[in-house]
Amino acid sequence: MPELNLLWLQSGGCGGCTLSLLNAEQPALMDRLADASIRLLWHPSLSEASGNEALEILRACAEGRQRLDILCLEGSVMTGPSGTGRFHMLAGTGRPMMAWVEELAAKAAHVLAVGTCAAYGGITSAGITGPSVGATGLQFHGEHPGGLLPASFRAGAGLPVVNVAGCPTHPGWVLDTLLALSMRRLTEDDLDALHRPRFYADHLVHHGCPRNEFYEFKASAEKASDLGCMMENMGCKGTQAHADCNTRLWNGSGSCLRGGYACISCTEPRFEEPGHPFTETPKVAGIPIGLPSDMPKAWFVALAALSKSATPKRVRENATSDHVVVTPAVKKTGLK
Amino acid sequence: MTTRLVGPFNRVEGDLEVRLETEGGQVKAAYVNSPLYRGFEPMLSGKAPGDALVIVPRICGICSVAQSAASASALRALSGLALPDNGRLAHNLVSACENLADHLSHFYLFFMPDFARDGYTGRPWFERVAKRFKASSGSATADVLPARAEFMHLMGLMAGKWPHTLSLQPGGTARPLEQAECLQLTALLRAFRRFLERHVFDDSLESVGGLASLSDLAAWRQNRHGDLALFLEAAEDLGLDRIGRATDVFLSYGAYEEAHGHLFASGLWRAAQGHPLEPDAIVEDLSHAWLAGDTSSPAQGQTLPLADKPEAYTWCKAPRYNGGVAETGALARQMVAGHPLIRELVKTHGGSVTARVLARLLELALVLPRMEAWARQLEPKAPWCHHGDLPDDASGTGLVEAARGSLGHWLTVKHGRIANYQIIAPTTWNFSPRDEQGTPGALEQALAGLPAPEAEEPPLLVQHVVRSFDPCMVCTVH
Repeated sequence: MPELNLLWLQSGGCGGCTLSLLNAEQPALMDRLADASIRLLWHPSLSEASGNEALEILRACAEGRQRLDILCLEGSVMTGPSGTGRFHMLAGTGRPMMAWVEELAAKAAHVLAVGTCAAYGGITSAGITGPSVGATGLQFHGEHPGGLLPASFRAGAGLPVVNVAGCPTHPGWVLDTLLALSMRRLTEDDLDALHRPRFYADHLVHHGCPRNEFYEFKASAEKASDLGCMMENMGCKGTQAHADCNTRLWNGSGSCLRGGYACISCTEPRFEEPGHPFTETPKVAGIPIGLPSDMPKAWFVALAALSKSATPKRVRENATSDHVVVTPAVKKTGLK
Repeated sequence: MTTRLVGPFNRVEGDLEVRLETEGGQVKAAYVNSPLYRGFEPMLSGKAPGDALVIVPRICGICSVAQSAASASALRALSGLALPDNGRLAHNLVSACENLADHLSHFYLFFMPDFARDGYTGRPWFERVAKRFKASSGSATADVLPARAEFMHLMGLMAGKWPHTLSLQPGGTARPLEQAECLQLTALLRAFRRFLERHVFDDSLESVGGLASLSDLAAWRQNRHGDLALFLEAAEDLGLDRIGRATDVFLSYGAYEEAHGHLFASGLWRAAQGHPLEPDAIVEDLSHAWLAGDTSSPAQGQTLPLADKPEAYTWCKAPRYNGGVAETGALARQMVAGHPLIRELVKTHGGSVTARVLARLLELALVLPRMEAWARQLEPKAPWCHHGDLPDDASGTGLVEAARGSLGHWLTVKHGRIANYQIIAPTTWNFSPRDEQGTPGALEQALAGLPAPEAEEPPLLVQHVVRSFDPCMVCTVH
């Protein structure tokens, strides 16, 4: 594989996608980058070059003196106040970061939006009382095509901005995307309608959820620390949100649902403004509004009523407890 | 007088710019700018109080648990709930995991690579340091990243994921552990202890945590081959124990609640003695920030951006304690808590680059054994979380210690919605601008007087001093 050089910039975000990236395992980050033939031109957390040394690298890319294979942006683009970009001036340059990003994106063979902020605007674009900070994504504003860059934008090698969405992103999503680019295995067909890599976005968070037995019987958690399904009362959107969090897992054995709290659909545009408190399920006549993506409502209601009537005592009682109070029976006759 | 603009300062979290006024190759005055503003405080207004638990961790990807813990604590103050023992232990374990991982990342990835710069070629320690700590390619990176990632399995187990967990709740944790998981926890803490003892200290944690004086430290260093000893060798050669002094006023809100008091006590250290913490002594001065409004207590504070304000040079407010500048962080925490080695170090030369880094590494040695004890105290079948309704009208404060210092959240709820939410992050204290009286913030004071040779771009000592504070710029102005 030819060596690809990568420039990483951060703007209106929290740095969490970089810190998440440091959690990469088997092998660890530096080896995974090397294995994908990625060379870091500069990264704000990892590189030696500081001040003018760093700016010289950025200038060389912007002026075409340095080939730029991959530009990664982490954090939203800050266009405020009033379109000036003053809310994020790149240190040492007196120039808005959005101008740097626009200029560098025009030179890059591939552009990656790392995290939901860079992809769609993310948490930084949540509603604000007072003047808007003007946070937007690289090529989407919420779910609408066109952010800092127009909907028609294509990077040098032909792809639109690749949205490695997630708040934060999973290190595997970023590193698999980089590996796919370096192996020339990422085409436009490998991106979904919101330009997320399909290898993780064609899954639902619900897949592999260890609370599935509770889900089957609609045995629901009622409060934080309960073991039951969190869809009915706790705001969980795992049956609708696109990501493989419960099969790929986080930090060894984790996921939000395994951590005892709802999926807030952080890989989706506009997750930051759900229109209801994050960990409460909006309902009409006692039935959740947000039902599983592919299920007719009437069927869901009928099946839920049926499964609730058939809930085993074990599942029902454990659902509202913080530890297993009824264990599976041990049969004397062996399994059949 | 020459003005030099230094930025982007990398290997700090977020974006940082420092303006240096130099004369005769020496810094006369420094002006610290946090050039990114996102508006988290106004974003929280009008939201349901519980939504803060989703939003505030996203202020920062390096100390997101600390933000979460401060928010949970402020909500707990509103609700009047008390943590069950398991909940308290879980908060401590998750917070300690983030704090120790931060100390590790800071030392290995952010701070030490500066000693591997070409400018130090020829120093007696240079070859060894460069081989170990060169940015990205040094042998330490290959040791540390896997150890850090495995240690972070604690987050997968107890917090779902890191960063940005929602498991820390006002009344405890949403993630009860079973017996098997308590055993896994114990195993992963043992693995991290092995890494620290083998690579960082070349000695047992207990032996390092028990170093009680400078003479103890000098004797201990002989024949040690760990990374701490290598740092001490380079730091001594460069005189870093006399460089980077700020005000020597140290603030800590107290870290890790145990059954009786904090593991590291709260308080203020000033004029060579300790004082009890008085939260009402805290105000924020806006005179040099691009923000509208007057100096006020954070309970009543405002955050209204004003990009064209004259006299302003940063988005960072200037927190003051009884009208004065205070420094916060591991050094402050250990000064207030009374670690004898750290107290002697500061008594001898004042706060310094060496003192800040040493205090951080000492915390690795002091806290991990406590984590092992907390893990043993967990009782799977006892309660993990208490529950209760939040009042519709109330105010609460959450004061915690993040890795890099004191973090406070001030919350007011009216009619069941957040009416005001103000945050003072550790780096807001350390990297604050001048106040109305023209008094510079802690870093601004620590940089004054340093050599800044034209040939060094940016000056090496300036970089050591800046990074010795372990700044987190995204937290600073949020």
